[in-house]
Amino acid sequence: MHSLKPLTPLGGTTPRRDEYPGLILMENPDWAMASVAARAGSVKKLASAFTTFAQGKLAAVESIDNSGKITNFWTAPDQWMVMAPFASHESLAADLKAALGNTASVVEQTDGWCRFDLSGAHAVNTLERLSAANSRRMQANRVCRTQIDHLGCFMLCHKAGQDFSILGPRSAAASLHHALTTAAISIA
Amino acid sequence: MTQTMRLGGGMIDRSKPLNFRFDGKSYQGFDGDTLASALMANDVRLIGRSFKYHRPRGVLTAGSDEPNALVELREGARREPNSRATVAELFDGLVAQSQNRWPSLSFDALAINDRFSNFLTAGFYYKTFMWPAAFWEKLYEPIIRRAAGLGSLSLAEDPDSYDKGFLHCDLLIIGAGPAGLSAALTAARAGAEIILADEDFRLGGRLNSETHPLDDAPASDWINASIAELESLPNVRLMPRTTVIGAFDHGIFGAVERVSDHLLTPPEGKPRQTLWRIYTKRSLLAAGAAERPIAFPNNDRPGILLAGALQSYVNRWAATPARRIAVFTNNDTGHRTALDLIAKGIEIAAVIDPRPDVTRTGDYPLLAGAVVSNTAGRLGLKSIEVRLASGEMRRLECQALAVSGGWNPNVHMTCHKRGLPVWDEGIAAFVPGETGAQGMFVAGAAEGRFSTADALTRGMEQAIVALGELDRKAHTIALPKAENDTGSITPCWQVKGGKGRAWLDFQNDVTTKDVKLAHQEGFRSVEHLKRYTTLGMATDQGKTANMGALAIMAELAGKSIPETGTTIYRPPYTPVAIAAFAGRSRGTDFRPTRLTPSHQWAVEQGAVFVETGNWLRAQWFPRPGETDWRQSVDREVLATRRSVGICDVTTLGKIDIQGSDAATFINKVYANGFAKLPVGKTRYGLMLREDGIVMDDGTTARLAEDHFVMTTTTANAVSVYRHLEFARQCLWPGLDVQLISTTEAWAQFAVAGPNSRKLLEKIVDKNFDISNEAFPFMACGEITVCGGLRARLFRISFSGELAFEIAVPSRYGDALIRQLMQAGEEFEATPYGTEALGVMRIEKGHAAGNELNGTTTALNLGMARMVSKTKDSIGSTLSEREGLNQPDALMQVGLRPLDKSRKVTAGAHLMVRTAAANAKNDQGYITSACYSPNLGHSIGIGFLKNGAERKGEILRAVSPLTNLEIEVEVVSAHFIDPEGKRLHA
Repeated sequence: MHSLKPLTPLGGTTPRRDEYPGLILMENPDWAMASVAARAGSVKKLASAFTTFAQGKLAAVESIDNSGKITNFWTAPDQWMVMAPFASHESLAADLKAALGNTASVVEQTDGWCRFDLSGAHAVNTLERLSAANSRRMQANRVCRTQIDHLGCFMLCHKAGQDFSILGPRSAAASLHHALTTAAISIA
Repeated sequence: MTQTMRLGGGMIDRSKPLNFRFDGKSYQGFDGDTLASALMANDVRLIGRSFKYHRPRGVLTAGSDEPNALVELREGARREPNSRATVAELFDGLVAQSQNRWPSLSFDALAINDRFSNFLTAGFYYKTFMWPAAFWEKLYEPIIRRAAGLGSLSLAEDPDSYDKGFLHCDLLIIGAGPAGLSAALTAARAGAEIILADEDFRLGGRLNSETHPLDDAPASDWINASIAELESLPNVRLMPRTTVIGAFDHGIFGAVERVSDHLLTPPEGKPRQTLWRIYTKRSLLAAGAAERPIAFPNNDRPGILLAGALQSYVNRWAATPARRIAVFTNNDTGHRTALDLIAKGIEIAAVIDPRPDVTRTGDYPLLAGAVVSNTAGRLGLKSIEVRLASGEMRRLECQALAVSGGWNPNVHMTCHKRGLPVWDEGIAAFVPGETGAQGMFVAGAAEGRFSTADALTRGMEQAIVALGELDRKAHTIALPKAENDTGSITPCWQVKGGKGRAWLDFQNDVTTKDVKLAHQEGFRSVEHLKRYTTLGMATDQGKTANMGALAIMAELAGKSIPETGTTIYRPPYTPVAIAAFAGRSRGTDFRPTRLTPSHQWAVEQGAVFVETGNWLRAQWFPRPGETDWRQSVDREVLATRRSVGICDVTTLGKIDIQGSDAATFINKVYANGFAKLPVGKTRYGLMLREDGIVMDDGTTARLAEDHFVMTTTTANAVSVYRHLEFARQCLWPGLDVQLISTTEAWAQFAVAGPNSRKLLEKIVDKNFDISNEAFPFMACGEITVCGGLRARLFRISFSGELAFEIAVPSRYGDALIRQLMQAGEEFEATPYGTEALGVMRIEKGHAAGNELNGTTTALNLGMARMVSKTKDSIGSTLSEREGLNQPDALMQVGLRPLDKSRKVTAGAHLMVRTAAANAKNDQGYITSACYSPNLGHSIGIGFLKNGAERKGEILRAVSPLTNLEIEVEVVSAHFIDPEGKRLHA
């Protein structure tokens, strides 16, 4: 076991939690992530290999798939982001590469992103002050790419109108958090 | 006694008195008042002075089209000039000042301008201030600005916050009058997602100003019931205090919600206003109509206001400007106004109607076939002069005059996408033509249907059609029984023959005389008329002015009004504060900031930071006793070259490139060869644009046969990634290549200096051999550190020293820098910032952003041979252009001062010793310069014509901007270790 202590994207040793009337905002660093992009002509083989590995399927366009042992969501044509709890899957990228072989290009993305989970009745009110995505109409297990505070982000909906996650660039975590909290406070 | 002009009734809450001040004097109004209605109730008719002539002005309208009653609202940093008192919602503690007057509103010295009105006509500036040209900026403009203009800015930073947001709906309904409300009920009951926006704080539109019953009950009953139903529905968003400001592409609308404008100060953290971008599938414009005045001599005195507005004041706000009022109207509105006034106990001096055959509708004196030919009263109306049908002149005492010249449908939003309105002779007004805006419908007065019954019906009908286009079935709803008087009008644009000027544009002081003069001087297009006279160019955009002016112009030109046409309507519909457009993007929040993984640690070290793109990077790390940045930077450079230095280089772009064709792909995007780069090796790459100019450079490491990691410069991380994606998707879609950015994912540190290997050997796990033999210059590999953490190690050097770059997952970056510093104590490891980084790369002659400046080629950089002739790559062909390969092409060289005490400055141009310093004699320029602590003097690198052949030549470096002129010697750009021994140590 190595000796290095991790920091969260916001620079803390524990995740930041903010609570407002109708909204809980949680920094969530506890996800390992890896991008999976199909090699040319290998989509079917990849889907099969992934199912074998994850016992789930690769998500459809703009969707999240939670059917297997690990989660994945669609990010672009023939490209997905796979997520699993960090504590048990820190080696997710290596494990995926071993399982998927030459059907896909796999890249570790765990620390490429910061993740903020929004939960509560004001989640949509907060998000509509930040993103052009129609979060109010977003169904559970849907995902979209959107811009928040000039940052390219993924917006994941876990429960319609209630539970969302925002994945943004890790280096800009403080700015993204500031944008989220400012919007949360601003809701009348 | 206060509120002497307050009437009974109205939609104000008398149980909630509100105190406010105007021009230092205290008044009281009620909840539900506007500043204008409260001032009116307190018998304040004089509110401002006009733009050019400083004419006394009062309230003209009761809405956002107000040109006259402009004030400086609020105090201190919140002072907001040119605020329309007619839409300023009254709140307790409101403070307003009149503007554009000195020393006082009632005595304004600059009213002298009015005496010179014969000179101050249209085009006055253009004709008068022609010479001498030098006087314009210093003399004329300051004087004109002092004399003209409206309110003044506080010049303090706006203390409030502004939000921006995004909304989506099936149907956006603009205006919550009878048409808007019936449309909203229809669509809402059909289950459509709707937004109903109205600029007023009270929904109901014109119904709030009229007295007609709905279903034999006050209209407010139906309004309240409708709002209650809409509020109860989850698919409805009611947005009062929200002005839809423009229609844009693809069904997108802008809207400003005045969240806290009706409060003294916004609650902590809450926005003052929110600028919404509304994405809607269909829109329904139900914005009503605006009444227009009639141009007659001296029609601008305080107390002269629009008839429909006066109805609003007496019916909605229970305020009147006078107890004896005359009405001048060419349509039925004025007669309705008279009836409403009578019902409130106000004496009607007369209803003056130019229509000879008009009949009385109530108990008031009617002067049919008559016109108002003049008015009197310096600071407020005292009497009017009427020219009767017989030609006889009659003076009538009255303190207010209600004027109605007809109604203009608010077609603005239908024209923002270049829709053109069409002329409707029946109502003597333009109505919407083809809207131009995608999916827009129009209903009610906005389409020229002026009766309440029509508005209710059309709102419902249009909502049904709009939803039908979305395959959503909406049903007719039960509408209340309402008046269905479409009214009649005989156009009367101006009263001729009177003495005195007749105003068209009250805010910009444009009169009928100006329009005539413009026509006389050859301005025949309405667009030219507008710009020459400034008609319609004030903050009200001529809402009350344009129609009258173009009617007069049409008459002068002998054309019909539709032939003359209108000017283009442009967004925003009403003025929008710049702060609302900025939203939260102000100050340090103007854009996001990116922090490096070692940021927190660097803060603890007292680092000085610099913005590089969005990143904050440590520039240098001051130590106690260092009083100047140079001391810190020199120390960092010397310590690194002497032992070991550490620098966070996470900001460099990292692009993961995989696929069976990854090598082929990289070989095409770099000018030099990469196909045969062995696994475990890194290579410097030069990337060209299609035109042969250098785009970026960096190193690319091959981690596996089908796996590369490309490094870009910090500045070009995004543009290079975009370039690669374009190449992958558009140029060579057949290649099996996958790209993804990993810049954020890895914390990367440069460890440079003769002791760098020794330091890293304490970090890198023992099973990895990083000796020079096992891990030579340009080696790379995936390793583990600190007992098993996955990491990447690259033996590359920007400083010219034995150096490595080590990367770990970003969450461990903070821990790694601490570990490196701790392990490096025995070597006196020194953190260094971007300044030391820059000094060391200049000492080594490495090109950076200053050299890759978008004009330089590989040849200029001394890397011509890197552009491979044995393969095709982006930019290689055009890099061979003759113009880029002249014998005297600029070449990168080093420069050192002959006098070692002198400073070389970047930006200086190079001249031969005897030549005059001018562009013709220019030999090149210095791109980067610094003080080299290793050499003990200033150095520079730059581009010199045929530089490779001019080593040893003495030149002059000249910079007129910085008064620099020194002699420099042309030398190799590799000031330190030109043989590269240190790199390979």
